[in-house]
Amino acid sequence: MANHQTVDFEKNISRALNDAQLRKNFKFAMGNFVVRRRTIFPDAIETEKLRAAGNAIKKRALSKLPQLLEQLEKKCTQNGIRVHWAETTDEANQLVLKIMQDHNATRMVKGKSMVSEEMHLNKFLQAHGVEALESDLGEFIVQLNNETPSHIIVPAIHKNKDQIARIFNEKLPDTPYTEDVQELNAIARKTLRQKFYEADVGLSGVNFAVAETGTLFLVENEGNGRMCTTVPPVHIALMGLEKVVEKLEDIPPMMRLLIGSATGQLITTYMNMITSPRKAGEKDGPREVHLIILDNGRSKIYTDEQRRQTLQCIRCGTCLNHCPVYTRIGGHAYGFIYPGPIGKILNPQVEGLEAAGVLATASSLCNACQEVCPVKIPIPELLRRIRNESYGNDSPNTMQGQGYKRNWLEVITWKAWSIVNTHSWVNAAGLKILTTPGLKPPRIGPVKTWTRYRTAPEFARQSLHELVKQNGVDNE
Amino acid sequence: MSEPSRERIFARLKSAVSTSAAPVAQPEPLPKVEFDYQEKIEKLKTLMQAMRTEVHITREQDWLSLLQDILKQRQIKSLLYGPRTPIGAALQQKWQDSADGLPELVPYDVEVEEIKERVFNVDAGITSTMGGIAETGALILWSSKEEPRLMSLVPPTHIAVLRADKIYNSLLEVMQKENWSANMPTNAFLISGPSKTADIELVLAFGVHGPKELIVLVIDN
Repeated sequence: MANHQTVDFEKNISRALNDAQLRKNFKFAMGNFVVRRRTIFPDAIETEKLRAAGNAIKKRALSKLPQLLEQLEKKCTQNGIRVHWAETTDEANQLVLKIMQDHNATRMVKGKSMVSEEMHLNKFLQAHGVEALESDLGEFIVQLNNETPSHIIVPAIHKNKDQIARIFNEKLPDTPYTEDVQELNAIARKTLRQKFYEADVGLSGVNFAVAETGTLFLVENEGNGRMCTTVPPVHIALMGLEKVVEKLEDIPPMMRLLIGSATGQLITTYMNMITSPRKAGEKDGPREVHLIILDNGRSKIYTDEQRRQTLQCIRCGTCLNHCPVYTRIGGHAYGFIYPGPIGKILNPQVEGLEAAGVLATASSLCNACQEVCPVKIPIPELLRRIRNESYGNDSPNTMQGQGYKRNWLEVITWKAWSIVNTHSWVNAAGLKILTTPGLKPPRIGPVKTWTRYRTAPEFARQSLHELVKQNGVDNE
Repeated sequence: MSEPSRERIFARLKSAVSTSAAPVAQPEPLPKVEFDYQEKIEKLKTLMQAMRTEVHITREQDWLSLLQDILKQRQIKSLLYGPRTPIGAALQQKWQDSADGLPELVPYDVEVEEIKERVFNVDAGITSTMGGIAETGALILWSSKEEPRLMSLVPPTHIAVLRADKIYNSLLEVMQKENWSANMPTNAFLISGPSKTADIELVLAFGVHGPKELIVLVIDN
C-alpha cells in the first residue's frame, strides 16, 4: 500500500513513450484484444442487453452487500471453508503467513490473484522465509524478472518472445535459449509440475463468490488454477469484498461478460467451482480451504453512491485494451498494481489523492472505457469527480487528500472566469481588449508550450453572441 | 485480529446501506437458447473441436472398442480410472476379455497421499461426465468419491465419456434443471478443451499445466 509517493508519473510516461519495443508490444496486443472482443460480442443490441444485465446483477449485489457477505460467510462456514476478514493488506498478509506457519509450510504455489498483487504478498512471504511461486505463465515470467504485471489479464504482455527467451535462459537453471513459444511453454510446464507436486499450500484469487451456495468461482485456461486449488493439502483463496454475487443464476451472464471481455473467448478452458474442502471418503483436494476477504479501502468507497460503482468492476481488463493512453504507455508507467482506466479511478480512492490523484489526469475523457465496460462503470464521470476533488470541490463523501492541488492561481482564475461570464459588459470589454493586438494570443507561458507542436488559436473579430444577433440562426 | 476488523468493515458497510435503500431495477431476462437433440450434439462438437478437442460420436455397444483403438493408436501405457463407476466396471470387464496391447488400468480408489507419485506419472485418465453444454461447448464434471478431481487434470491425456442425452442447452439450464443451488459438490467444473495459454505474445499454445489432449466420447443411442 505504501511507497507509492515516489511514483513520478510524468517521467514514467515519457520513458514509456520513448521505448519503441514496449510501444510495439502493446500496440500489437491491445489491437488484437479489441478485435477479439468485437468478434465475440458481434451483435450490438444483444451486447447492450447483456451489459445491462451485468450492471444490474452487480448493482443488486452491492445494494445488499453486508447481507450477502454475511450469507457467504455463513454458507462457506457450513461447507467447511474457514472465512477470515482483513481490513488492510498488512492484515491479509499476516493471515496468510499464520496459516502457513500453522502447517510448518514453506512452499506455496500461486494461481493468478490481483488481490495478492495488491497485498505485495510475494515480497512479504519471501521476507518471512516462504517461497511463493507464481504458476500462471505470464505471472511466472514477470516474477522471474522481478517485475509486477503490466496488464490485469496478460501480465507479461510488455515482453516479446525474444525478451522472454532471454529471461528463461538467464534465470532458470539448465535452460537453453529458445524463442519457440511451444518450447518456452514446455519449459514452464516442466518447472512448475514439480512445484505443484511439492507445494504445501496453494493460493488463488476468486472471480465470483456466490452467497447463495458459498461457492467460489474461478476461470482460467492453463490448469494452474485447478492445480493450486486441488493438489496442495491447504488452499487459501483471496478475494476483495466486492466479489460476492447473490445467486448461482447470476453466474452465467457474468461469466459470459467476464470471459468475452477479458480474452474474447466464449468460455475459458476451465471454470472451477469450489464449495468445500475434501469431504470424508473423497480421495483428493485440499483438506483445508481458507477464504480471506479483503477490504483495503473498499468499504470506504462503498459509502459514497457515485464512487460505489467502482466496486462493480470484475477485473476483465477490457478498459485497458481500449484505452488510447494505456495502449501507448503500458501498465508499468502508472506505478500502481491496477493500471489503465480502472486503475485511474481505483488507486486514487484507495491510496488517496495525494499519492494517486495524478493518474486521473492521464485521460482524454474519450469514453471508450465506459462504452466497453461489461458492467457499465461510468469511468469518465468518476475521473471528473477525482479531478474535481483534487482541487477541493466539496462533495459529501470526500476522498482522502481532497484539495491537494488547490492553489491561489487556479482559484483566482476561476473566480475571474465566473465574473466575466456572469457580467455581459465585462465579457464584451474583455473580448475587445483581447482581440485588439493582432487577434493572436501572445506566445508566452503555457501558450508557448502549447504552440510548440500546434497552431496557435486566433480570436474571431466578432463573438458568437454578436454574430447570432447580427445574422440570426440558420437551422439548415 | 480478524474479529474487530470484521466488525469495523461491517459497521462501515451497514452505515452506507441504510442511507440508500432504493431497489435496483432489474432488466428483462436474457433470451433462452434452445437447440434440438441433434443440434446440441453438433454445436458441442463444433465448439469443442475449435478448441482442439477430439470429439467422437459413438454408440453404447461400440465405445469400448473405440476407446481401445484410441489408446493403442496413441501407445498409452497406463490409464487412471475410477473402479467404482459404471465406466470403471465396463473397463474392467472389457480388459478381462483381452488386455493385449492395452494400457495398464490404474485404479484411483485410495487417497492421493498414498498414490501421488503414480497419479503424477500415468499417461492418461478417463472419467465420466455429468453432462455437456451446447451453447459454449463444454463438459460438466462433478468430483466424487468414485472419480476424484486429479483424474481430469494431472495426466497428459484426458478422455471423457459424455452421454448425448445429457447435453444441456446452457449453463443456466443445467443449473436450474439439476437444482444446483441445493446441492453443489465439493468441486464442480467445466472443461472446454485441453489446457492452453496465450501469455507469450498472444500465441496460442496447448498443454501448459493441465492435459495436453482432451478426447471426448459422445455416446449417442
